[in-house]
Amino acid sequence: MNTTFSTSSSLNKEETPLNQFLQEVSALTKRLFLQLIRRPSTLIAGVLQPLIWLVLFGALFANAPVDFLPGGMEYGRFLGAGIIVFTAFSGALNAGLPVMFDREFGFLNRLLVAPLRSRSSIVVSSVIYISTISLLQCFAIMSAAFFLGYGWPSEGGVFLVFLTLLILVFAVTALSLGLAFILPGHIELIAVIFVTNLPLLFASTALVPISFMPAWLGWLAAINPLTFAIEPIRAAYSSSTGLGSVLIQAPYGDINGYGCLLILSLLTIGLFLVTRPLLNRKLI
Amino acid sequence: MLLVELHNLEKSYGSVLALRKLTLEIPKGTLFGLLGPNGSGKSTTLRILCTLLEPDSGTVTVAGENVLKNPRNIRSKIGFVAQEVAIDKILTGRELLQLHGDLYHLRRNYRDKRILEMIDRLDMAEWIDRRSGTYSGGMKRRLDLAAGLLHEPELLVLDEPTVGLDIESRSKVWSLLRELHTEGTTILLSSHYLEEVDALSDQMAIIDSGKVIAQGSPSELKKELGNNRVTLKVREFSNQVEGEKVRQLILGIRGVHDVVVNTSQGFSLNFFADDSDSLSKMRSDLNEAGFGIFSLSESRPSLDDVYLKATGKTLMDAELEVSSKRDFKKEAKQSMR
Repeated sequence: MNTTFSTSSSLNKEETPLNQFLQEVSALTKRLFLQLIRRPSTLIAGVLQPLIWLVLFGALFANAPVDFLPGGMEYGRFLGAGIIVFTAFSGALNAGLPVMFDREFGFLNRLLVAPLRSRSSIVVSSVIYISTISLLQCFAIMSAAFFLGYGWPSEGGVFLVFLTLLILVFAVTALSLGLAFILPGHIELIAVIFVTNLPLLFASTALVPISFMPAWLGWLAAINPLTFAIEPIRAAYSSSTGLGSVLIQAPYGDINGYGCLLILSLLTIGLFLVTRPLLNRKLI
Repeated sequence: MLLVELHNLEKSYGSVLALRKLTLEIPKGTLFGLLGPNGSGKSTTLRILCTLLEPDSGTVTVAGENVLKNPRNIRSKIGFVAQEVAIDKILTGRELLQLHGDLYHLRRNYRDKRILEMIDRLDMAEWIDRRSGTYSGGMKRRLDLAAGLLHEPELLVLDEPTVGLDIESRSKVWSLLRELHTEGTTILLSSHYLEEVDALSDQMAIIDSGKVIAQGSPSELKKELGNNRVTLKVREFSNQVEGEKVRQLILGIRGVHDVVVNTSQGFSLNFFADDSDSLSKMRSDLNEAGFGIFSLSESRPSLDDVYLKATGKTLMDAELEVSSKRDFKKEAKQSMR
């Protein structure tokens, strides 16, 4: 059996760099999905948790006065957008954990001794994986909200929901992967996730509008990235407001839907630019 | 022709110097053994060669190419089997091999053909489709070897390939390495087992405190020491002073060389004698000086003697010495990327 002589036919040399890159990305993505399918508990919990939020939190304010929210909106309908964004945010914030475990167990070394066309395939596969899960979770929440009588996005609204979510997920995944490469271990990463998660939820418009908040918290909510994702999605659920209308009445001025998406996109680009050198330091 | 050239490698972790101007040259087609106690810099050397680590200074050349400048080209030529067996427990062995093949850009049908060859060769058919989390140490190591060999590397690098393995798995690994060697693959393996390096390698280097202290074929290195390795005890329990006295006495005898007082063996004397004349001269000299002979044994020189001669301590002692100083947590962090 001939096993040792390196022949040029053995490698995909005639393939273009792009094809090699795609081969890496699909192999790494496949690994992540195999893990998910064989250990589905995270996905099941990831879908159940937001549904519980939606039901319990929705019920908490079910008997609020009719003009409780601006425009007489039902609380459950108001809350839906917040839960969708918060779920996607938490999921993406955890994106760094598998990479951190790969670092700790030495599996990452396996990837790093391989002649990867670009080591960003490790990042891309994580983004694909997290995005898919987020969209699945989002779809589950939207369906649940529909059956609870909280409505369904207007025409083109579903597209807007998914677009907004993806931009947010890219940003947070970049952040989390960056952290996974600079923090010393998973304990520290989990600590960061823990400290970031709930405060960002409460200091956003996920649960109540800015008008409810004391001035200082209103300021925080008006610069919180979650708010910029929540409001366009909320608009997608409303028949009267479009992307052109003012969605955030921030202390520093009014922002419409396009403004929200622009700010979110700039944040994503910024985070990828900041994270890049962190990744490159480890991933030459 | 040299396949691997490491020149003047230096590497430190904080204040700890791991490599001090290490230079190593590996001819194509050899099975090269890197012998040294734990913590001597073997793993660091291999990690630098496999592009996992950048040296502070020095050059690394594989097949004429500068590894530090163009790591990607080298990676496809090297198969690395690391010491710590990190596998994704949730994947089956076959899926892990497929992942490897894809990361090395093998064409799909070629990849699958190679996987079948490896399953056959390493006798993995029975368990390859089971999740790797259920594998024993020997099975994991075989899977790791298969992964390292999948892309037909010019150079196979193994870090302590048989550490912690049962005898059966060990002999499987040994015979595979021998086969690969006869087929022409250049193999570099590190080990702190003397027998392993002695039995397998045709060229070897002894590495201690981050530098190469002896290099050659195992038989050459042993031959350099002389014909007889002698262990002498003048009393059952001797001491440093007496040992030193005896050392001075027999140092002057023609044909006797490399006399060491072995503190770990009750201050016995270890030395090499070229012929029987020098031994009988030693007996009469000892007698004259009033020393008795409690025991005297002769044997062929071993690699441990080569190590003892170069460093003044046995490999076992060196091992014990470092093991008390090692910080495994720190080392784990160092290998983390």
